[in-house]
Amino acid sequence: MRRFLRAAALIVFAGLVGAPVIHAQGSGSTTLDATIKRGQLLCGVAGTTPGFSLPDSQGVMQGLDADGCRLVAAAVLGDANKVKFVPTTTQNRFTALQSGEIDLLVRGTTWTLAREGNLGLMFAWVIYYDGTGFLVKKATGVKSAKELDGATVCVAPGSTTELAVADYFRLNNMKFTPILIQDITEIRGAFLSGRCDAYSTDASALATFRFSQGPKADELLLLPDIISKEPLGPVVRKGDDKWFDVVRWAFAASITAEEKGITAANVDSFMESKDPDVRRLLGAESDMGKALGLDNKFAYNIVRQLGPIGEMWDKSITPMGVPRGINNIWTKGGLQYAPPLR
Amino acid sequence: MSQATIDSRLISDRSAPRRPLRLSWSDPRFRAIVWQVVILGGVAAIVWYLIDNTSRNLASRHIATGFGFLGRTAGIPIGESLISYNPALDTYGRALVIGVLNTLKVSVIGVVLATILGTLIGIGRLSKNWLMARLTAFYVETIRDLPLLLQLLFWYTILQGLPAPRNALSIGGVVYLSNRGLKLPTLNWESAHDATLLALLAGAVGTWWWNRRARLRQEATGERPAVWPVALALLVALPAGIWAILGAPFQWDIPALRGFNFQGGTNISPEYFALLLGLVIYTAGYTAEIVRSGIQAVAHGQWEAAGALGLKRGHILRHIVLPQALRVIIPPMTSQYLNLTKNSSLAVAIGYQDLVSIANTTLNQTGQAIEGIAVIMAVYLTISLSISLFMNWYNARIALVER
Repeated sequence: MRRFLRAAALIVFAGLVGAPVIHAQGSGSTTLDATIKRGQLLCGVAGTTPGFSLPDSQGVMQGLDADGCRLVAAAVLGDANKVKFVPTTTQNRFTALQSGEIDLLVRGTTWTLAREGNLGLMFAWVIYYDGTGFLVKKATGVKSAKELDGATVCVAPGSTTELAVADYFRLNNMKFTPILIQDITEIRGAFLSGRCDAYSTDASALATFRFSQGPKADELLLLPDIISKEPLGPVVRKGDDKWFDVVRWAFAASITAEEKGITAANVDSFMESKDPDVRRLLGAESDMGKALGLDNKFAYNIVRQLGPIGEMWDKSITPMGVPRGINNIWTKGGLQYAPPLR
Repeated sequence: MSQATIDSRLISDRSAPRRPLRLSWSDPRFRAIVWQVVILGGVAAIVWYLIDNTSRNLASRHIATGFGFLGRTAGIPIGESLISYNPALDTYGRALVIGVLNTLKVSVIGVVLATILGTLIGIGRLSKNWLMARLTAFYVETIRDLPLLLQLLFWYTILQGLPAPRNALSIGGVVYLSNRGLKLPTLNWESAHDATLLALLAGAVGTWWWNRRARLRQEATGERPAVWPVALALLVALPAGIWAILGAPFQWDIPALRGFNFQGGTNISPEYFALLLGLVIYTAGYTAEIVRSGIQAVAHGQWEAAGALGLKRGHILRHIVLPQALRVIIPPMTSQYLNLTKNSSLAVAIGYQDLVSIANTTLNQTGQAIEGIAVIMAVYLTISLSISLFMNWYNARIALVER
């Protein structure tokens, strides 16, 4: 119902408030200007996914997605803590971004053609190279997704998982009964109670969900089959290219820092580095930050406060028992590769 | 006061002489026309501005528009459907039709059950039996005070607590109850069954006709021909005879556990059942009060007066009290039917794929929120207006005709 109201609100919003927003777009990047003026980044997250975004016992949002928001805040505002986290669901996330309720969406969202083509969105980077997997109870005796013929599968509606699962069963000539529940707590409850034989979503989320079960984690089995490509990354609205650049290069800087072996602890010692790449990255020479409309030390601010992307991973994902694999930087056999900052 | 009170001929005689319309502010008719034009124009301008501005903003944000997506292959999985659906071949349009049917499936059955349960509880609250009156009062006061969403989640959680298919509760080895739902056997449908059904229908029409004839005869002569032998022949013997002539096919499709779940038969899913249960129990709390107020609105003197005329108790209830009570009951009941239908959109919370659930998935996959919401609104408007029209017609039929 809330989602319904939100979408209805978008209609009114697009009609009433839309016009002034469009008119103001002459000044470079409205989103960047508004964020700096506000002194706070409005960042959409799930707020319910351990390892990606979940408030800790102090109420502080923790996880890789949350740190993705902080990374952009550090680049734009110089302070990683100047983020307001806005909880979103799989169904209202795009509406929230399109209507301007949030500046940036970092919510394990898969980069697809239709989303860029139809939804007026742009994916600035890939934070996590993921894929759809299945979680089952060990008691069912299932060892492979191919054995799931006739199974009942819990899936979140409005996600790419929904389509990937339908495609997979179709491709393998198998039948399944979908149970589509929007609320993540409800859908997990349905899986744990045995209403569904399998729970399907991004393998990363399954691994962290399994981990969050504590001692009962051993009763659950993550099937080895990964049935789709799910590159997850930060999303911005179309039509604000400068803001898109800011988000993209903030992430690229974080990866470049890891390539160069810079960490939060040793970044100050790199300020005297002779390596021109490092000097450009940390703002010791050239005007890389200015070109984006940021402070030249934007990358320094990111690394000083959050470390390079590898440190963010080690803090949030490694404790969940997920190996870095293809998400490592390219020099270590992974896919993370940043274009040169020059 | 109804129109029939005053003779229309008298009105025309009494009305003031017609004056020509003057283009002056002092002419009330001219003023009225000017105001109507201004207000109508204002509304039209606002609507035009909203539509134009929305479409311009959507275009500038590179968001696709139009209803072309209805013809595209859906690819979205749907759990339960009254018509066949294949995500690989069928379109978003068909998926939405399934959503509408699923909404109707829960609303129509919900309205019927809520009326029956509400009536029973409403009558129960008037009972002279202390326990019965207290229990039903407790029901009404509790159910009305708890949010519906909470109740739905409650019922859904309860149903999830049922055993897994492997340990399903079995009734005679043909009906199984598990956390996958209630599995019922179905009859293997053959053409002989079509013919039997047709014969039954024809029999019903024939019985109705015979009953009518009997009533007319009774009114004319005071003699009432027996109806039951004809009814028995037409309603039982005729269909049974045709069924027997066509070979008496009778094959059940009995559910059996294979793999993860029961195969064969038909299934009532926990999602559907939880939604139906929640809606019926919640709405019955309100309809019970409506029924109670309706019955109490009929003065006790009516019973006594009818009794004095020598009418039987059943006749008093049917011909005197109920028609008057219904006049009080029907208008608020219409609101409850509309509420139940609209409340069925809470289905998304417990995973029943009603119209809102499927339309939301559609608008999420296609990104066309405005069109998706427009479809939802159009469908609910159509369903609600249909209910209103029917109930208003029924209300007019039973309304007290004043003279």
